[in-house]
Amino acid sequence: MSAPAPSMFTPAALERARELGLTLGRPNLEVFAETLLAEAQRDPRLLVVTSDSRGSARLAGFATALPAQLIEVGIAEQNLVGIAAGLAEADRKVFAVSPACFLTARSLEQIKNDVAYSDNPVKLVGISAGVSYGALGSTHHSLHDLAALRAINNIEIVVPADNAETRWAVGAALSTHKPVYLRFGKAPLFDLHAGTNAYEPGKAIQLRAGSEVSFVATGETVTHALLAAAELAAKDGVSCQVWSVPSIRPLDVEAIRAAATCDAVISVEEHMINGGLGEACAAVLLESGCRIRFQRAGIPDEYTVTGSQSDIFRHYGISMEGLAQQARSLLSGDIPRS
Amino acid sequence: MFRAARNTNTAEESLTLKSWRYRRRILEIIKHAGAGHTGGGLSCIDILNVLYNRILRVTPANFRDPRRDRYIQSKGHCVEALYVVLADKGFFPASELSTLCQYRSHFVGHPTRKIPGVEQNTGALGHGLSLATGTALGGKLDRLGNRVFTLLGDGELAEGSNWEAAMSAAHYRLDNLIAIVDRNSLQISGRTRDVCNSEPLAEKFAAFGWSVRTVDGHDLEALSSALSDPAEGGKPTAVLADTVKGRGVSFMEDVAKWHHGVPNDDEYRRALEEIDAAISSLSGTGEA
Repeated sequence: MSAPAPSMFTPAALERARELGLTLGRPNLEVFAETLLAEAQRDPRLLVVTSDSRGSARLAGFATALPAQLIEVGIAEQNLVGIAAGLAEADRKVFAVSPACFLTARSLEQIKNDVAYSDNPVKLVGISAGVSYGALGSTHHSLHDLAALRAINNIEIVVPADNAETRWAVGAALSTHKPVYLRFGKAPLFDLHAGTNAYEPGKAIQLRAGSEVSFVATGETVTHALLAAAELAAKDGVSCQVWSVPSIRPLDVEAIRAAATCDAVISVEEHMINGGLGEACAAVLLESGCRIRFQRAGIPDEYTVTGSQSDIFRHYGISMEGLAQQARSLLSGDIPRS
Repeated sequence: MFRAARNTNTAEESLTLKSWRYRRRILEIIKHAGAGHTGGGLSCIDILNVLYNRILRVTPANFRDPRRDRYIQSKGHCVEALYVVLADKGFFPASELSTLCQYRSHFVGHPTRKIPGVEQNTGALGHGLSLATGTALGGKLDRLGNRVFTLLGDGELAEGSNWEAAMSAAHYRLDNLIAIVDRNSLQISGRTRDVCNSEPLAEKFAAFGWSVRTVDGHDLEALSSALSDPAEGGKPTAVLADTVKGRGVSFMEDVAKWHHGVPNDDEYRRALEEIDAAISSLSGTGEA
């Protein structure tokens, strides 16, 4: 079961979204499941492997429609990844789907050895990622997965921000013969790419141009960064860039450098600030010789406060209001620089 | 038993001679590299000999054919035995084994797909059975008619992932999957029964829905039968091969320290003397 999920957005944030013309989409997980079913109906060699997770992954419909293309291994995540690797070696297009918290911790050695090191092109799908499980607590949060997988060679890491990025990510995963990790949450998200169909795998996407603060965000935090940019423009007259970074690896280094044309950069992620997008950005900026005000927004090095995903986001400042405040502090120098 | 040098079966004698030559080669490359898993290599080499010379439909020519049989060495630390047999089967020149564990060599101290003939990168224990289960399931789905073998250690069976895979293999009725346990009863810290008793393995595999065969893991004819007899319909097969760690070198047999012991010069000389005596004895029967 899942904890209740109150709105991710305050009334003020919803008003900003309305001003920006954003419309509410669906949970990425639903779009993932729908996209995968459509692809599997076209390609009988596509298999889904689940660990008693078909319902959580919104794949019950898939199981009904294409029972021969769904392999169930039960509550056994290590075996899930090992079997998926064996099936991939047997020339199947394999999506191994399990809650991100279990998939990337309990099965980490299988991911490292059987998928990445052996180069078996499994598509690992971490569902209900980050703090999607909310008040179910830290056993069910995956705030380590980007850091863990960034430290493993030969696996792409993709965190879609909305329904369009989800469709693009599934398509890109199918078109590459490499291991991929896809990370999905389950909150309904605003559509960020209305009218846009082109996506280049591995690239970041600039959602808003600006000159003073750059928000470099990934996954379900991107919407909040976009709203914060609008809030800062309206209330403070601060001009902000916003980047969506669906591809954590490969990282779009040029986009990160472009973000540094502003006076300050704030990375935003639903992940512990250790080892995720923020540290990846910091490395790019330092190695590029950038001296710039920089702040990592995300979950600090602690077990999270109890609450829904939106409670946790707000508590740690991953919200329109919280991110706007962090930008003000960074521009004013309130945040210690040493 | 391979020590029965006066076997009347020529094919058996030839295979027995191969085992001795493989043993010599394992010791040579471990001594040259200054590292390796001597005891386990010597315990599993008869199994590998039978697999590659009698059972597996795998050659350098068909290695990319999806219909080939698969051999996944889950107990990856005994890589020297695998490399020696693959060289003998022509997957790469035997001379390349002199680079084992050397700087920039592809011959890593655990199986790697960089080496022709190696199916999966292994070495961390408890991975091979899941991989083999997935590959066997793929073979079933595509009706390839192939078989998938994996080699496990009895110490390795303490890894819980094996039993996850054992459940799945039975659930999916993978009678094209054969898990061989190199049951040498020793692991790095001592007797398996003292470290973490995995017995009774026959009852455990049977309870998980497997067909179980117990065999002398140094009896080439018995191994050949156990690995070629038809599977029990709808069940994966566990072949419990009773072996002796360090088999073939008297002072290495059944001694835990040879798990990854490298012989010193005197030990190396004495080991080769024993092996060469066996080879001479067998060669005298007509197998040069």
